[in-house]
Amino acid sequence: MFVRLLLVISLSIVSLQASARLEILITEGVSSARPIAVIPFKWLGEGKKPQNFAKIIASDLRSSGQFSPISLDKMAKTPSNSQHIDYALWHKIGVEAIVMGEVKPATKAGKYTITYELLDVVTGNMGMAGYSPVMEKRRSTVKTKQLRQFAHRISDVVYEKLTGDRGAFLTRIAYVAVDRKSSHPYQLRISDYDGYGEKLVLRSKQPIMSPSWSPDGRKLAYVSFEKKRSQIYVQDLYTQKRELMTSFPKINGAPNWSPDGKQLALVLSKDGQPEIYVLNVITKALKRITRNRVIDTEPSWTPDGKSLIFSSERGGRPQIYQVELTSGKTKRLTWEGEMNLGGAITPDGDSLVLVSRHNGNYKISVQDLDSGELRTLTKTQLDESPSIAPNGSMIIYSTVYQGKKGLALVSMDGRFKANIPAKNGDVKSPAWSPFLN
Amino acid sequence: MNLSMISKSLLIALPMLALGACSSNSDSDAASSETNKAATEEVVENGADNTVETDVIEAVELTEEEQLVQEYTWAILETTINFEFDKSAIAPRFTKILDAHAKFLVNNPEKALTIEGHADEKGTPEYNIALGERRANSVSTYLENMGVATSQISVVSYGEEKPVNLGHDTAAHAENRRAELTY
Repeated sequence: MFVRLLLVISLSIVSLQASARLEILITEGVSSARPIAVIPFKWLGEGKKPQNFAKIIASDLRSSGQFSPISLDKMAKTPSNSQHIDYALWHKIGVEAIVMGEVKPATKAGKYTITYELLDVVTGNMGMAGYSPVMEKRRSTVKTKQLRQFAHRISDVVYEKLTGDRGAFLTRIAYVAVDRKSSHPYQLRISDYDGYGEKLVLRSKQPIMSPSWSPDGRKLAYVSFEKKRSQIYVQDLYTQKRELMTSFPKINGAPNWSPDGKQLALVLSKDGQPEIYVLNVITKALKRITRNRVIDTEPSWTPDGKSLIFSSERGGRPQIYQVELTSGKTKRLTWEGEMNLGGAITPDGDSLVLVSRHNGNYKISVQDLDSGELRTLTKTQLDESPSIAPNGSMIIYSTVYQGKKGLALVSMDGRFKANIPAKNGDVKSPAWSPFLN
Repeated sequence: MNLSMISKSLLIALPMLALGACSSNSDSDAASSETNKAATEEVVENGADNTVETDVIEAVELTEEEQLVQEYTWAILETTINFEFDKSAIAPRFTKILDAHAKFLVNNPEKALTIEGHADEKGTPEYNIALGERRANSVSTYLENMGVATSQISVVSYGEEKPVNLGHDTAAHAENRRAELTY
């Protein structure tokens, strides 16, 4: 008992602001994306502008692969409200929409009032009576430490207005970092989707693996080797409370939360080979799903919660399969490539995102479930652990970049890619949060 | 391992000391007992003039490792078994190592071995945990076939999480595909 206590103490749970920030480097341009102008927000206060909204919003919109924000030097004027806009000028440089705004200190100290507008340049240029070019105009009062989040919120509003789909910029990612210089090298960290605002939520002397978000965005399930063996824990991110979910002999791995938040799909090898199980989070009732003499692993739920996608060696090399939970009916989904691993279905249920090996290289790919067509999205060699944004627009994955393990983003169409290099240690196994607002 | 080896050598050394003590005491021959008595008297008589001094020498003692190697060959000191990419079969060049450990474990049934399975970074971390376990199991099965009790062996897979070589090239990958034996 005492030993157990010591172990718990040595595995300190911390919520300190980590000093290092991750930053996005654009590795590839996008020519076919929709041109948009994000004009620098006008600062109406004294001294330094509190946050560069335009930069964050432009970066968000570019990441989706759908928009190409024009550079500042292409802007003849930088207006901050829609009253005196020369739409013809913006139309001439091919811009479809304008995002603009103003920031001023609020009456209460430590707060700012932000006004922003989204303008439709085509409508404005036609100048037809009864059609307003103002698509959106909003005002909010925001605390200093929430300014960056609010910029992502503006991006979400713009994205939804222009594409019809919900934006996923105000989301977070959880990932595993290994900082070998630290006394507790294995760390579970959470940041905004773009790598900013990184926080440590768990650190340990032994490996941590496979973080998975609960659908309410409140908890993380993960694998910890803190007892020198694999165990699955669930940690409440707000209260720091941890609960041990499974501690069977041998592998306890790959937890993945069901869409209703009531179950965890996971892998246990207590009966021999690794097999897929479903665990009721409350009653801890365990149901075995697969049964054969080879490796079955990496379960993930279909959006309707009725099936699991998993990797299996039952056909020789690992391929992706789908099992219907009520009937147990199983079908193979992938046929191309030397092996396919780490499959997950997109939120619309139409595509399978996976790691596909071709000529010995591991690449993030997407397969259309109807046609079976497989498209490769990434070009590097060790691309793994894809995790899909809750709106299905982007994928975050781990890769080797400049000799280190780091995270990278790719838009679902493969047109935009960006690296998020780790400043201290290796970073891997990213998990994209659900919508958090 | 060091501590337990020392206690093991003590277990051997103590009874031998006891045996030595017995043999000097067990001399029940009356004549020689007389002689001994005379000799003792003489020492006492001449004690003042003829002083002698004695000193001890250290017994010749091999290092723990040398003792192990003497009994189990050099292979007992090797604790890493490497594997081919995506494979868990034990290559012939590693059987000598496992044979030595098997013999040691059979001779010392109180010893327990942990087999750690590891994979390189290629492939997903979750698949590599399974692969690491398959490698550790393969070592475990070999040892069991050589007569080691299942109860002496425990298996844990760390997948790709604990590389020995932090590089990302072929050589690093080859080094990281391994099973490690720890007592």
